[in-house]
Amino acid sequence: MPSYLFWLFSTVMLIGGTAVVAFRNPVSSALSVVTCFVGLAGLFIGLSAFFVGVIQILVYTGAVMVLFLFIIMLLDLKDEEKPAKPLLPIAAGIALVAAFMVQLVGILFRSPNKIAPLLDETTLASAAKGFDKGSKIATTLHDGKLPDVHLIGHTLFTEYNFPLQVLGVLLLVATVGVVVLSKRQAE
Amino acid sequence: MATLNDYLLVSGLLFAIGLAGVVLRRNIIIVFMCLELMLSAANLTLVAFSRFNTTANGLPDYNGQMLVFFVITVAAAEVAVGLAIIVALYRARQTIHTDELTSLKG
Repeated sequence: MPSYLFWLFSTVMLIGGTAVVAFRNPVSSALSVVTCFVGLAGLFIGLSAFFVGVIQILVYTGAVMVLFLFIIMLLDLKDEEKPAKPLLPIAAGIALVAAFMVQLVGILFRSPNKIAPLLDETTLASAAKGFDKGSKIATTLHDGKLPDVHLIGHTLFTEYNFPLQVLGVLLLVATVGVVVLSKRQAE
Repeated sequence: MATLNDYLLVSGLLFAIGLAGVVLRRNIIIVFMCLELMLSAANLTLVAFSRFNTTANGLPDYNGQMLVFFVITVAAAEVAVGLAIIVALYRARQTIHTDELTSLKG
């Protein structure tokens, strides 16, 4: 990904993130999260993770944030009125975040840097040898394109088959749990 | 070309923003959204590592992206359960401000 696109998407993402914390109205905050996630999806796609970028938009921005908006509107929240905030907890919070940033920058300056390995047509074509001849993955790689979704599906259903099934059970449990939680308790 | 450290810095900044939101805001829904931001920052780190550390055949390391897939799915389940808890809490107490939810305080 060209540098200017990286910085563009990062800026969108970070401005969206800052706006989440800064806005008083919860609806504005939720829409800022959407902005932040759109920038993040751009970064994912720039990292050649097309599938993750698409599900970031579909699942997070499409489903999760709409759920948040539903709940905010269901509860009919008012803007947070300005309370007399005690100064000490706020100062402590900002100090915590500042300490984290100092550590992060310190580590990043000392750790070895890395540039992205090339994913050009020759690399992809030579990677095609590792897969069955005539399979969709091998032919797409041979054409010099990255079959991102096919590779993820391949990994998911071979190496990660058991975790996937556990995930199915988890989603079922979550669905049942939500139904039980949101049922109005009988007096 | 953006380097690995650029991605790590940006995701660290996003994590710090989420952390600041969790510590500073009192509206529990916004705290929850900031938790999502922190999860997404971790996802960005994972995808960056997956792209920058190729496997022996030159393709990105898809194990990292599998973890992102699982994180996104578990986060979706977590949001559903968390929001149900918030709705139940609002029904019981008529408030979602963390300052007013002090019944566990000794």
